[in-house]
Amino acid sequence: MTEAQAVSAPTPEQPTPAPPTFPMPRACPFAPPAAYAELGEKGPLTPVVDVEGTAAWLTTRHDVARDLLAHPKASKNLLRPGFPALFPGAAALAGEIKGFLIWMDPPEHTLYRHMLAGEFTMRRVQAMRPQIEKIVDDGITRLLDGPRPVDLVHEFALPTASLLISELLGVPYSERDLFQHATGAILSHESTQEQRKTAFAQVRGLLSRVIAERTENLGDDLLSTLIRKYREADVFDHDHLVGMAVMLLGAGHETTANMIAVGTLGLLQHPEALAEFRADPSLSPRVVDELLRYFSIGDHVTCRVATEDIEVHGVHIPAGSGLIAPNAAANRDPEVFPNPDAFDIHRNSRSHLAFGFGIHQCLGQHLARLELEIVFTELFRRIPDLRLDSEVADLQFKDQALFYGLHRLPVTW
Amino acid sequence: MRVIVDHDLCVGAGQCVRAAPEVFEQSDLDGKSQVLQPVPDWKYQAAVREAAVRMCPARAISVVG
Ligand code: HEM
Ligand code: SF4
Repeated sequence: MTEAQAVSAPTPEQPTPAPPTFPMPRACPFAPPAAYAELGEKGPLTPVVDVEGTAAWLTTRHDVARDLLAHPKASKNLLRPGFPALFPGAAALAGEIKGFLIWMDPPEHTLYRHMLAGEFTMRRVQAMRPQIEKIVDDGITRLLDGPRPVDLVHEFALPTASLLISELLGVPYSERDLFQHATGAILSHESTQEQRKTAFAQVRGLLSRVIAERTENLGDDLLSTLIRKYREADVFDHDHLVGMAVMLLGAGHETTANMIAVGTLGLLQHPEALAEFRADPSLSPRVVDELLRYFSIGDHVTCRVATEDIEVHGVHIPAGSGLIAPNAAANRDPEVFPNPDAFDIHRNSRSHLAFGFGIHQCLGQHLARLELEIVFTELFRRIPDLRLDSEVADLQFKDQALFYGLHRLPVTW
Repeated sequence: MRVIVDHDLCVGAGQCVRAAPEVFEQSDLDGKSQVLQPVPDWKYQAAVREAAVRMCPARAISVVG
């Protein structure tokens, strides 16, 4: 049987069971949703529906995921009909997401991507190393001076990630309560549409004030640089830049904070790997890539919608179909990662898709990697007997949010 | 082996620099990849191939030979 036949449309006489709904829950925090394995057996692409019941195609394969995500006819515009809704009513947020690079298509995407990309190169990020080390060091000192046990999420992961991105953008860190809460509400599937809109309004209001002030008085922070670049390209638009800033602030702290929390847990759960890493901190890039692969915290972000009829791996996909390439599934594809469920810091996990693929591949990935490398190296160097102060079974994971993570991580030493 | 980066496709993701920093460099202006060694030293050829075939998200790198 060819791949195309395997997924051909059911005839009316032979009704097939209703397709499953995406996103699917993770039963185990250390594994992708169990449903992916079943879906993967049905063919390179299988029909699913989104939370609003709209039909979409899902792949669990690494090669197919790359072809979908890099497809020239795959749009990232979540307002376009057919784009998989990750929570009901996602398409009603047009004003709220204005200026968000992540939901733009070319040629608009190309223009803004290149304005930003020069600021996030490996070299630029490496130049920030001393600043990142200082933030991480101060954070660990605060932990060591504070009470035990402690919640690593609120007392270390969130402050560290928030302080770095707010220094980079030039947003006062004193506003962290506002932007942390607002980002949490925006990304949670449990928020009502009203709560989500209020959260957007709050964080847009904050960045609108910061940008208005910066427009009068340029500095050397990233927002000032963007004001200059938008002006040079003759595209300066206050609201648009506010959106870009909201996205950078949100993407910059919540993702990394989640990765610090689950990554710490992952290492504590694999004491042999941790011991090896502590003995040889030069392993940190490998450790971080393997943690990114293993947890794939942005599993649901790698979605698109087909703008024209396309043919992918023998499957005909009509225009307007949702395209879903969950990166947690691709990152466990045994064709690319042998024995994929094993946490193995010696494997080559560089080609994981935790940062996506195609023209939208994460802009902040070098920053996120360096931040995580420094965090894990320093955390386990300065607190060698760091351990969980909870049963894993009692931990609360963010399984109702766009990014996976932990609500709290009680640790002691 | 010869290596070429298509600047119309490149989105400045920097996977090439991660794979082979001796061969590629990113521009500070727009993040696009510059080829430092158009004919990469044999030591770096496997990494260049990995970057071209598997890592570059925009499939902007071609290797000939
Ligand atoms: C561990 C941390 C992070 C993870 C797992 C992550 C993951 C992702 C994913 C999956 C995408 C979408 C890719 C696609 O659709 O193919 C993305 C895009 C993006 N990320 Fe990240 N990210 C992280 C950290 C960051 C940081 C620190 C920043 C900023 C400072 C950032 C900024 C962005 C931006 C701007 C985009 C949109 C790029 C575009 O559309 O061209 N991310 N990220
Ligand atoms: S990996 Fe590809 S897209 Fe990224 S900088 Fe290199 S050539 Fe450009």
